Amino acid sequence: MRLGSGTFAACCVVVEVLGVVLFLRGFFPAPVRSSSSSKHQAEPPAPEPSAGASSNWTKLPPPLFSKVVIVLIDALRDDFVFGSKGVKFMPYTTYLVEKGASHSFVAEAKPPTVTMPRIKALMTGSVPGFIDVVMNLNSPALLEDNVITQAKAAGKRIISYGDETWVKLFPKHFVEYDGTTSFFVSDYTEVDENVTRHLDKVLKRGDWDVLILHYLGLDHIGHVSGPSSPLIGRKLSEMDGVLMKIHTALLSEERETLLPSLLVLCGDHGMSETGGHGASSTEEVSTPLLLVSSAFERKPGDIRHPKHVQQTDLAATLAIGLGLPIPKNSVGHLLFPAIEGKPMREQLRFLHLNTVQLTKLLQENVPSYEKEPGFEQFKISERLHGNWIRLYLEENNSEVLFNLGTKVRRQYLDALKTLSLSLSRQVAQYDVYSMVVGTVVVLEVLTLLLLSIPQALSSKAELEVPLLSPVFSLLFYLTFLVLSAVHVIVCTSTESSCYLCSLSWLTAGGVMVLVSALLCAVVSALTKVLVRGKLLSKNAAHSNSRWSELDLLILLGTLGHVLSLGASSFIEEEHQTWYFLVSTLCLALCHDIYRNYLPGDDCEPQRCLHVEGGFDGATPALQDKNTSSAVLELNRGCKSPSSLGTLRGYEKWMVLASPWVILTCCRLLRSLNQTGVQWAHRPDLGHWLTSSDHKAALSVLAALSLAVIFALIQRRCSPASKVAMALGLLGVYCYRAAIGNVLFPWQQDNKDISKGILEARFVYVFVLGILFTGTKDLLKSQVVAAGFTVKTVGLWELYSGFVLLAALLLRPHNLPVLVLSLLIQTLMAKFVWKPLRHDVAKVTVMHYWFGQAFFYFQGNSNNIATVDISAGFVGLDTYVEIPAIFLTAFATYAGPVLWASHLVSFLSSEASSADGSTHSQ
Amino acid sequence: MKDTDIKRLLYTHSLCIFSIILSIFIPSFFLENFSILETHLTWLCICSVFVTAVNLVLYLVVKPNASSKRSSLSFKVTRFVKCCVYFLMSCFTFHVIFVLYGAPLIELVLETFLFAVTLSTFTTVPCLCLLGPNIKAWLRVFSRNGVTSVWENSLQITTISSFVGAWLGAFPIPLDWERPWQVWPISCTLGATFGYVAGLFISPLWIYWNRKQLTYKNN
Repeated sequence: MRLGSGTFAACCVVVEVLGVVLFLRGFFPAPVRSSSSSKHQAEPPAPEPSAGASSNWTKLPPPLFSKVVIVLIDALRDDFVFGSKGVKFMPYTTYLVEKGASHSFVAEAKPPTVTMPRIKALMTGSVPGFIDVVMNLNSPALLEDNVITQAKAAGKRIISYGDETWVKLFPKHFVEYDGTTSFFVSDYTEVDENVTRHLDKVLKRGDWDVLILHYLGLDHIGHVSGPSSPLIGRKLSEMDGVLMKIHTALLSEERETLLPSLLVLCGDHGMSETGGHGASSTEEVSTPLLLVSSAFERKPGDIRHPKHVQQTDLAATLAIGLGLPIPKNSVGHLLFPAIEGKPMREQLRFLHLNTVQLTKLLQENVPSYEKEPGFEQFKISERLHGNWIRLYLEENNSEVLFNLGTKVRRQYLDALKTLSLSLSRQVAQYDVYSMVVGTVVVLEVLTLLLLSIPQALSSKAELEVPLLSPVFSLLFYLTFLVLSAVHVIVCTSTESSCYLCSLSWLTAGGVMVLVSALLCAVVSALTKVLVRGKLLSKNAAHSNSRWSELDLLILLGTLGHVLSLGASSFIEEEHQTWYFLVSTLCLALCHDIYRNYLPGDDCEPQRCLHVEGGFDGATPALQDKNTSSAVLELNRGCKSPSSLGTLRGYEKWMVLASPWVILTCCRLLRSLNQTGVQWAHRPDLGHWLTSSDHKAALSVLAALSLAVIFALIQRRCSPASKVAMALGLLGVYCYRAAIGNVLFPWQQDNKDISKGILEARFVYVFVLGILFTGTKDLLKSQVVAAGFTVKTVGLWELYSGFVLLAALLLRPHNLPVLVLSLLIQTLMAKFVWKPLRHDVAKVTVMHYWFGQAFFYFQGNSNNIATVDISAGFVGLDTYVEIPAIFLTAFATYAGPVLWASHLVSFLSSEASSADGSTHSQ
Repeated sequence: MKDTDIKRLLYTHSLCIFSIILSIFIPSFFLENFSILETHLTWLCICSVFVTAVNLVLYLVVKPNASSKRSSLSFKVTRFVKCCVYFLMSCFTFHVIFVLYGAPLIELVLETFLFAVTLSTFTTVPCLCLLGPNIKAWLRVFSRNGVTSVWENSLQITTISSFVGAWLGAFPIPLDWERPWQVWPISCTLGATFGYVAGLFISPLWIYWNRKQLTYKNN
């Protein structure tokens, strides 16, 4: 079957995506779930174990606390409370930690350290998968069993103030709520005032059982100015005041009721040294957890150091404290200090409940649960517990009873720890079978692509795909049979869950057919290549076309980059790799240019040899120079094909200078945004520009950048889109002025800051207009066959539409990135690629390299925390999912997208000028 | 002719390698607390001085292309001054290139500059010794198929290997091993030195192995 290269590549990409999806499905483990998670009620609580004598305590134990207040401070790191900052800025909390009736812990959050999965973990006790990060922007209602749902079912009245994620996760659960949105990161006073203003009223009223306060301000400060900012201290003092207010109110109220109340202070995740979060560094996963209640007795002089626990432990503790069943999917274990003051029988009862719940979860998730050490420990402790109950009911000697009880308690605690550990490890288990199948598919497609590169890149751009013959070959059926057998064996013998096995037989069979067909295709392509290679080596008379330094650099650089991704620090600092490669590329280009352009001794014989080699490539198709071809004819003597004579004076100097200009641009951009991990905290131009003192400089820079963008982009636009472009860029400035990033010279103190919706939509109109004209031209060139020029103009207009959109979405201090990107593209196209006649492959790879480098110049990194979410809200009133995702993605990948679209338009214009010159001859 | 040349080449190169090794060990007799990593700048200076001195001495003793007929004093002086100017220019050019590659602009200026000086010693000084301040000859040697003698061929190899060594030396900097030699510019200077030594070592061997294929215009 003959296929065009484009179709072939598209098919390969589709299959490749399939393989990657399969791999990812295996790599991101499915979370541990209880199978009966859909129905929340029904199961009665486990009765007290008893050996012989029947116990009369089968109901759930009563609640320990009458009221629970959860104060969740976003991005509260453990050292903000327990460290020197806590001592300095949170005196009351420090007093509670050191001397008060409290238990303090350092709770470890599991990555991803993003708010929504953390809230889920705190309330369900389960470990959410990585997939939840994707859902973080748009959190759907939580359907899993959790403390809040249980509390509501038990008739508790719950109030929530703060981050509206809570309201989205638990719709209709709260009798009263006031959600604040967390997307306007620059606001860090109002979000918290919106929470605190309700406090006085609510604390006085006392008609609630659970109060949840989620403070966002600290996280916002972290995002904007990092953990060492002076604003952090002020915010911590404010939080300390809030805690004191709540605690005193709770204490005064306790006198009237019998039961004590509980105050929980926790953070959802920490804060890295740069102020972001999302990854798994120690700073990001350590959060403080403080339980304060008058039920916790404390002798004076009893110094407790915060113990390390898991964040998931809070759910079980809260459930016990409120007298609710423990959430079914919780993998955490009860924080024992919280129930230490209770009588022995109750303590054991609570521990038993928790162990039963964990064992049930283990039974449902691990097929061979009987072999687990935790399960055995559970059985032993349950038996011991039964004995203890019998003794207790017989009212035996209290000392014996106490000693035995302590033993049972220790046994239970060990069992809990083991169970919890093995369950959380379950979450981190890969589905190896799916991963292997996915990898095989990906590798097969890759091999096929590599083998067909020479054919696909040949002038015909067509290739023979060996598809039909393998399907009828013996090899295909044999592999298919073997794979099916392997599939059956794996699926029947596997112990853990497996995605491929859970698929229907038909789908799994389809995957097997795909794998074996690809294998056959690869084998037949390989034999073809080998046969051809033998023929070629027989012919032997190979033209020894040596690789130039540039070819070598491009190949080694691409390979080296791929290899470097094996080291995690090279992934964290991937920008360094790209900057380094791009700089080296510029120097190599410089070398190439100087060798071609500097006057050497023309009469040297070896020079002529070199020129002969060059002439093989300088076939008539390459006479696409804008200068007259007559000059070229003259040069056909003993000079290199593109020597000095073909260029006018200033152009020559531009050619010689352009690599250095590009290098300088890259260096400037490099110091604009520091990214990565190791050096991200270094001062950079971007921070200098965004600080409010330098607003005027930022305004001048933005205005200048927009003007230069217009100057660079307009030269090849049609007149209509020129006007649209100018108005659009004006609109961009107005938008930035409206939302308060930049200033108009005539209004220095602009107090009223709007969301700039009108201005942004004004720009969108022009973006759409330009894109529409471009698409129309493209379609015209396809349908009417109007030739290359219409197509080129259309592509350029599409490109300029993207530029306008990027100018709107990029933050104002990043506008120079856009300008320099355009400048480099212009310089490269005019003075490097055209005069030096680099072939399509080289130009493509260079575009790719620059695109990657510009991704990092924008300030992005491989850390999800650097994605600028605010781009998703440009011109939108509220959060609308699809446009917001599209805009955020475009703003993040603006660099690569712009370089890719420039590549398309550049190649098309090259083709058209080559076409034009052949026609004119 | 050629074999004797290769032999001389081997001797001179082993002397150069020896001088670099000496520059590591000798200063510790005179200076307290000398070590390559901790007093890196001192070592850089000493190493550059040693290599330059050895190169000059070898040039005066061996005279690989003793063909300059004019030998008046004024000619020699202008030649020397020109060489110095070229050397300084190459130092500054390297400095600029390092900054363009991402070296800090304001901090660590001395470190960066000394690295530039070291790299110039490894590359520009041999060029100046062998070819003199003559840009055209340089271009000829470093263009393809442009070498005319064993000496120029070895010069090409050592220069390129020094550059490649310095280039490769930048790779460990982003790794999080937290070793003292990962600090700018130590890994690069060490890389350049290793590259230079490797070039000195390899070039006689390579030329010896390929002596059949190599034909020089003048021989």
